[in-house]
Amino acid sequence: METKNTEIKSNRIIELVDVSKEFDGVSVVENLNLYIRKGEFVTLLGPSGCGKTTTLRMIAGFELPTTGQILLNGKDISHLPPNERPVNTVFQKYALFPHLNVFENVAFGLKLKRVETTYLDRKGNEKKKLAKLPKEVIEEKVRKALEVVDLTGFEKRSISTLSGGQQQRIAIARAIVNEPEILLLDEPLGALDLKMRKEMQLELKAMHKRLGITFIYVTHDQEEALTMSDTVVVMADGSIQQIGTPEMIYNEPKNTFVADFIGESNIFSGVMPHDGLVRFCGKPFTCLDGGFEKDEPVDVVVRPEDVQITTPDKGIMSGRVTSVVFKGIHYQILVQCGKYEIEIQSTTTPEIGEMVGLLVQPDGIHVMKKKFRVNKFSGVITKHNTVEFGDGEFDCDVTQLYPGSHLDEEGYLITAKGEKLDLTDVEVNVEVGLHDITMSDNLDEGGAQGHIISLIYKSEYYRYIVRTENEEDYVLACEDLWNENDLVSLIIPKDKIRLTLKDVKDAEGTKK
Amino acid sequence: MTITKPKLHFSRKLLAIPYAIFLLVFVLVPLLIILYYAFTNGDTGAFTFENFINFFSGTGKQTFFESSRFKTIVQSLFISVMSTLLCLLIAYPVAYIIANCKIKNKTGLLLLFIVPMWVNFVLRINALKELFSWIGIYLKSDTWNIVNTILGMTYDFLPFMILPIYTTITKIDKSYLEAAKDLGATPARAFLKVTLPLSKAGIMSGVSMVFLPAMTNYVISNYMTFNHTKIIGAFIDECFKNDLWNLGSVTALILLTFMFIITGLTGGFNAESETGARGTSLW
Repeated sequence: METKNTEIKSNRIIELVDVSKEFDGVSVVENLNLYIRKGEFVTLLGPSGCGKTTTLRMIAGFELPTTGQILLNGKDISHLPPNERPVNTVFQKYALFPHLNVFENVAFGLKLKRVETTYLDRKGNEKKKLAKLPKEVIEEKVRKALEVVDLTGFEKRSISTLSGGQQQRIAIARAIVNEPEILLLDEPLGALDLKMRKEMQLELKAMHKRLGITFIYVTHDQEEALTMSDTVVVMADGSIQQIGTPEMIYNEPKNTFVADFIGESNIFSGVMPHDGLVRFCGKPFTCLDGGFEKDEPVDVVVRPEDVQITTPDKGIMSGRVTSVVFKGIHYQILVQCGKYEIEIQSTTTPEIGEMVGLLVQPDGIHVMKKKFRVNKFSGVITKHNTVEFGDGEFDCDVTQLYPGSHLDEEGYLITAKGEKLDLTDVEVNVEVGLHDITMSDNLDEGGAQGHIISLIYKSEYYRYIVRTENEEDYVLACEDLWNENDLVSLIIPKDKIRLTLKDVKDAEGTKK
Repeated sequence: MTITKPKLHFSRKLLAIPYAIFLLVFVLVPLLIILYYAFTNGDTGAFTFENFINFFSGTGKQTFFESSRFKTIVQSLFISVMSTLLCLLIAYPVAYIIANCKIKNKTGLLLLFIVPMWVNFVLRINALKELFSWIGIYLKSDTWNIVNTILGMTYDFLPFMILPIYTTITKIDKSYLEAAKDLGATPARAFLKVTLPLSKAGIMSGVSMVFLPAMTNYVISNYMTFNHTKIIGAFIDECFKNDLWNLGSVTALILLTFMFIITGLTGGFNAESETGARGTSLW
């Protein structure tokens, strides 16, 4: 996607370059890089608090980026006020002016518009001036905009007499009547009921085709994003996880977050012995992916509809059916294969308790680089020979920093050569494996504490991210099920903390 | 035979009884008394319109429009209008700034304008008078007397204007302003086209809370001008003190009708704007 072709570049209507936004020191959007092509329907998709609305508001001009640039047709508009941007917004709660009627609401932008017109003064010289749009032009434009949203003849109605869906349409009319280069939509369908929402999704899509304006749409509803967009931008935690077409996002998720957030999925931990072969659930599977190191640990995604049920002798794996739920078009089936639980969507219905064989075709397997293989922190040795990293203090074995060293009675380190070292305030790199951290609800037990902000089921274990008060994240794997938002303390055994001295050269970028 | 005693049910409606009694005794009955005196002859007690005719017919050789009575009415109106305008001019920016400032404890800031009200108002007006006399504008001339009255009224009624305006401004959804800017409005235009019309209810409420008392609160005019500037409230007071009950009642009734019209014109009967605008949370 990083092409320098100028022709393609000129096609970019808006570009965000290294955009970051902080609110009171808390970072909401981090180093966002994104460009959007003219006429595209782009959706920013992510859970609440992922920074998608903030990104939209920065494009609209309601928030200014802390760092970075926003380019519109190649020109920097980062610090332009909203009224000077050729961009219009459809607000989450519509924000229709309650003191104005439908016509006045839709005409609001047009009445403020000044166009350059030429006229002849008394001496017959041509002169230019900024003039208001003539009344007839405004009336005509409003009429057309109302026609687009299918509310012809509603001009005189007051806003309070309109239903939610009608208000929604007026909000869209009010924005598109100004013929913006980009239309921003901030969860515009959030307040509508399901049926209305489905209808509006299709209508918006059709409207986008007809108007040819670039749409930037914000939603947390993955189905909405897949239905409507040309391009989906999946965001989490203030940064972009993946950009792609709906098909790409669904079939080739870049990481476990995207796989888990978009649709249903089975996520496994596996290894790649060589290209085209992946081992997971203790079995080898042929796949189409490659380009990994030999025996590299990977995450594997298998969509429930890609698992086929056969007889036990024909399947690669076999297991017992534990649950069958009718879902309308298909059945949702859970099969326990040893310690792995696999979700399947199928139109065939095995009996509960029946032994079945499972097959996965090579194109049904998607292999991803493991995002978290180990926790990396930079830490500092304290005077008690413990180590502070992340947001806590843990016991550790400092002698591993110097091979053959030992501690004397006063706590000084004696190296193999007999040198006496005081390690207090020495900076170190700390590595802790995912499986080496355990959680406890006794808050005094561990060295750090935080809330569980994410959990992803990976068939044989859950992967948790625990975030401390100071926004430090610990990633860990655990077989037990905890709840999101649980407050836990983290225990790391002394011998599982791997320390290395920090090289001054790579002092930057060691944190995770 | 047993007689079942009706059980007394306590319902929420019963809570309105004390207020209803209060209303009856202290509002309705006095009103009826005023009506009685306004429409009866002082000596005979017979029904008559002559009190109204007397009020508008002037005294001695003067016509009504030359009379001091007319002068009092005009002067009252002028003082009220000016005080209200002055209050509005001061209160709107204050309310706007407090409502939009980023300080967390806005109520604390607002209290700065409310706390003076907790000091007895006669005391405050006296203090203001002393201040004016120290500056040298107290009792300087007839014009200065009117100016001083207006300043006194403004000083005393300012919080009544700030509070309702502040409440309506804080209730305006920020997204309306954003929408206006998004549609191309400069901050100034967004204020004129969105904030100002949406705070109309607060302005109207504030206006009626200042304009009506400013017509009648003669304590302020008397103190500020050593009884030199007479407003309609003072005139009514004089009537009753001098045993002219019928004239006083007629004047009071005319004033009442007048205020009724004003309230109607400023939308004061609109229940929705009323509850939305009054600074109830702070009272």
